[in-house]
Amino acid sequence: MENPRYWRLKKQRYSLLGEVCPHCDSKIFPPRDICPECGGEAKTDFAFSGKGKVYSYTVMRDAPAGYEQNAPYTVAIVALDEGPMVTAQLTDLGEEPVRIGMPVEMVTRKLREDGEKKGILVYGYKFRPICFHENSQPASQGQAG
Amino acid sequence: MEKNQPASKLLRTDRKTGIVGYGAYIPRYRLPGSEVAMLWTGSPKGSPVKEKAVAGLDEDVITMSIEAARNALVRANIDASELRAVWVGSESHPYAVKPSGTLVAEAIGASNDIQAGDWEFACKAGTEAMVAAIALVGSGMGRYALAIGMDTAQGKPGDALEYTASSGGAAFVIGPREEAIVNIEATYSFVSDTPDFWRRPEQKYPEHGQRFTGDPAYFKHVESAGRVMLEELGMKASDFTYAVFHQPNPRFPLKAGKDLGFTEEQIKPGLLVPVIGNTYAGASMVGLTAILDIAKPGDRILQVSYGSGAGSDAFYLEVTEKIAERRELAPSTADYLARRTEINYATYARFRGKIDMG
Amino acid sequence: MTEVVIAGIGQIPVGEHYTLSLRSMGVQALTRALKDSGGLKPDALYIGNLLSSMISHQSNLGALFTDYGRLDSIEAFTTEAAGASGAAALRLGVLAILSGQADTVAVLGVEKWSDLVRADAEAMITQELDYDYESIPGLTSTSQAALIQQRYLHEHDLEQNALSGFALLAHANAVHNPFAFYRNPLTEEGYARAGMLSDPITIFDGATYADGAAALVLTRRELLPRGYAHPVISVMGSGASSDALSWHDRTEPMSFTAAVRAIDQAVQQAGLSKEQIDLFELDDAFSIYAALTLEGVGLADKGAAWKMARDGEYNIGGRLPILTMGGCLARGNPIGAKGVYQVVEAVTQLRGAAGANQVKGARAALSLALGGPASTAIAHVLKRESE
Repeated sequence: MENPRYWRLKKQRYSLLGEVCPHCDSKIFPPRDICPECGGEAKTDFAFSGKGKVYSYTVMRDAPAGYEQNAPYTVAIVALDEGPMVTAQLTDLGEEPVRIGMPVEMVTRKLREDGEKKGILVYGYKFRPICFHENSQPASQGQAG
Repeated sequence: MEKNQPASKLLRTDRKTGIVGYGAYIPRYRLPGSEVAMLWTGSPKGSPVKEKAVAGLDEDVITMSIEAARNALVRANIDASELRAVWVGSESHPYAVKPSGTLVAEAIGASNDIQAGDWEFACKAGTEAMVAAIALVGSGMGRYALAIGMDTAQGKPGDALEYTASSGGAAFVIGPREEAIVNIEATYSFVSDTPDFWRRPEQKYPEHGQRFTGDPAYFKHVESAGRVMLEELGMKASDFTYAVFHQPNPRFPLKAGKDLGFTEEQIKPGLLVPVIGNTYAGASMVGLTAILDIAKPGDRILQVSYGSGAGSDAFYLEVTEKIAERRELAPSTADYLARRTEINYATYARFRGKIDMG
Repeated sequence: MTEVVIAGIGQIPVGEHYTLSLRSMGVQALTRALKDSGGLKPDALYIGNLLSSMISHQSNLGALFTDYGRLDSIEAFTTEAAGASGAAALRLGVLAILSGQADTVAVLGVEKWSDLVRADAEAMITQELDYDYESIPGLTSTSQAALIQQRYLHEHDLEQNALSGFALLAHANAVHNPFAFYRNPLTEEGYARAGMLSDPITIFDGATYADGAAALVLTRRELLPRGYAHPVISVMGSGASSDALSWHDRTEPMSFTAAVRAIDQAVQQAGLSKEQIDLFELDDAFSIYAALTLEGVGLADKGAAWKMARDGEYNIGGRLPILTMGGCLARGNPIGAKGVYQVVEAVTQLRGAAGANQVKGARAALSLALGGPASTAIAHVLKRESE
């Protein structure tokens, strides 16, 4: 059971809370101590919209321990609209086949269970194809700035 | 502090409140009733519903509450940090001990300065949270409170409830009257100790009293709550545009409504059970969201929930002018109904953890 | 200037050694290398390993192998650089001799993989990725390579089986390598029938992880024993570089930048040009790693390495032979030991002892081991001394 490490990252996992560099305005996800663009200190919260596009994807058939119950599942690299890329599962895939360039949106889902039905449940970001018209909700609320 | 009229049984707040935002969530998977019937009876016929909504492998009450809450906040047009309470009503909280409310609050960006917790009252846990939210806002303790009714209901394989026990629900941001898209005029609750449906702590599936769940349980409480509400208001069914009742199957709410004087036309817009099943704590609440998606300013709505064990919460609601501009801000309940992937019993059994993987 | 020579090499077959423990495997390889060196006595042992602390519940390998290898009380410890752990141990050995801290160094790459069932072991190898941001979402090393290959196929508009050339040439070369895990030739038909591991990667595009141990003995040129039995092979260059741990954080995800930098450093140090390299033991943990390495270094145009592999350009007898003993794809991928196996194989070629797989007239060889998708890259240039 690894509660502290999951707890520490809850904001970014649940709602894609990243940072904006106060020096060069780069949008940073996940949060870092040092801005990867300009090398300045980064610490200002920034809520990502959760919208992005599939950069690449694969279907996992041979899941590692802790993930067998979800196999097969699709993992993608998502290029967020604000710039950074993230690795995340795709979920709620409908009939439309996944393709590179597919627009997706962030949802908060159960990622895994820690420790054989006794440990905590780990929640975090996944992405799904944008399934409603343009007025569908942003992924996260608040905390900007 | 001004007192309620001693004669009135209705609950009213000193400070007027309303629904300032609402959000539905229905998972995309649907299990046709014929799949369940075929497995246990050998015939595809006999299901009380066409199909029911089923949560995916990575969904539970917490994740579904988060999405419904995000929808509600967008419609409320407020920042989550303005909430003073996040309450989740459910009978399928992912943890036996550890609140769903704190996790939902964290995920939607609520502050740490809030009330958060879970309500349990079988299928009326969600409306219990609504009443509490109304009280919190109505007392002036806070400006906004979030009440959620959400379930991933479990039906024992082969049991009659397996046709209907489903996943889904809704979230409501309760706030001051001046921002309301729906005015909350009054609430009333009717409860009694009635053992119609229960689950002991170590049991996976609930037990129920079969026909005992009808007259002494559902009908007694729903109709008492509805009748007292109408009597106290001095109103009759025809004064309302819509009525939405807890809906464990299509027949019960129609009969209760009819007994109270409502027509099918008043009930049908909020009657989702034939296509999503019984979402338990979410049932009357997600039904209400479907009504709000089409309601016009001035429409009056009677909502009556039901929770086994047993009790009903009744709400007298009136739609305001603000509804039109705000309902377009988030996906409609019809959008969620249209987002649909049919699954077979095997997939259902897997999704709902009925396959023992050792 | 000091010249570091590889005086001895030793290896055990890559495979599933159910009867051999971590310590037995390592000691066998070490013993063979010391014997091959003509009886040199090392004053340091550097061990490349990734998984022993997890799979074998064993750390402190330095003490383990000096004890069981009867190396008395010499300096000994492990280097970890994921799939480049063995190459890191070699680099450390070279630096130790060049610095004057050691005269003779034994380098051991060892990995015990088969003590765990597959799903558990797969989760452990995945620790070479970024745990919080790649592994937690459910990614593994294999599926990450699949993401990279998918993007490659997309950018160059290729069919799913475009990279088949690498598996085919690796399997052809492993037929004659008695230390290889898979010694049956692979046909186009066999490749096409393969089961999917993680779309678009089939079982032939991802190397099988396996047990393995290989060892080297390094010394100064002047310390070679009298009557040394082999041609003298020197380490002429050593280079290392790193890149963002998460593949998604790379500025140029499809360029194996760290591999390019490590190779450039090693080749320049050797005073050679890339055209003078006779064979290249690159890292083919996944076929796509091979393609991106060759394209990155300029040994193929962007989007063309797959075709050159199919056209036989990288076969023995081709323009630049690669994976001459089967590479990871057919010899098997012994993970932390991989970098040492590559150098054992390159030395075998430069000694002219590669039998049916001999690259004729080979005088200079390049090796490259990667940790993750070139998150860590370590390259070496070896050269046979002119007679």
